[in-house]
Amino acid sequence: MKHDARTALATLCLMLCIYACPGDALAKHLPASSIPAAMLIEPAALAAELKSAGRAKPLVLQVGFHTLYEEAHIAGAEYAGPAAEEAGLRELGLRVKSLPKDADIVIYCGCCPWSHCPNIAAAFDRLRSLGFTHVRVLHLADNFGADWVDKGYPVASAR
Amino acid sequence: MKTVRAPRPGRRIGAAALLALGIAALGAGGARSAAAPLLNRPAPPFTRSDLAGKTLRLGDYRGKVVLLNFWATWCGPCVAEVPRFSAWQKRYAAAGLQVIGVSMDDGGAVVKRFLRRTPLAYPIVLGDARLGRLYGGINGLPQSFLIDPRGRIVARYVGELDLARLQMQIKALLPRRPG
Repeated sequence: MKHDARTALATLCLMLCIYACPGDALAKHLPASSIPAAMLIEPAALAAELKSAGRAKPLVLQVGFHTLYEEAHIAGAEYAGPAAEEAGLRELGLRVKSLPKDADIVIYCGCCPWSHCPNIAAAFDRLRSLGFTHVRVLHLADNFGADWVDKGYPVASAR
Repeated sequence: MKTVRAPRPGRRIGAAALLALGIAALGAGGARSAAAPLLNRPAPPFTRSDLAGKTLRLGDYRGKVVLLNFWATWCGPCVAEVPRFSAWQKRYAAAGLQVIGVSMDDGGAVVKRFLRRTPLAYPIVLGDARLGRLYGGINGLPQSFLIDPRGRIVARYVGELDLARLQMQIKALLPRRPG
């Protein structure tokens, strides 16, 4: 009994610690690992797809932080975030509201290493819960700079 | 008791210049060394107000080793690193270290909230796309630059750092021996 009480107290402390943790966006983010591997697209494949003529291009949405979008983003991508925050998820919902549920959508973030990203899984989760069936997620293992910009794939900035 | 004489500052800076090559080549462990157009060049100057409202000019820190850390409150690895940087600021300030944090958060309010919970012993300025581009593109965090006492960038680290190794690199560059 005593042991149970101690365990409960320790769990409560841990939870309080996690929720009071620095970085509001970090407090309770879904891990990127929760996204099924089949939904991922690698940077080279997306770059080729965006480059190819004669086929419809997907809607590419940056669901991360605006400062990073402003500095550099995939050419043609729109901003709809940050998905780590409820306001960002609302923005995302508004952007896709008028689209058919089978719209071809690619989302990406790349704010930090994949396993630490607070945005990407939240955005994926929201789009799926809204009923979108063709959502792909750009897999940026290190970050947008290393995995997209440094590779020479097309970039635009919001100057 | 053996007394160790501190090398003259000039000698230390000379040795640091040689060391810089090694630092640039090795990086800091886990961190990836980014494309290096800024390496061994003067750190781009900037002037900003820090979150306490005080004017911060990078050029004012000439003569010190500067660890310029781009971070954000939403970046897990960044948040893990900054308490160590704060400890180094306290420990090595007299030996010539200055840590400067550049927050890439979308606004200062969230950073101020963070700092109330986790006070840092060094100034934080708010970054933006312009400052990011000035430093070769901050398209992912964390990123840090090590600037020597002559104001030249001797290393750029992208991603999670091996903090023990970075600490050794900083100590080797300091103009004065740590107490």
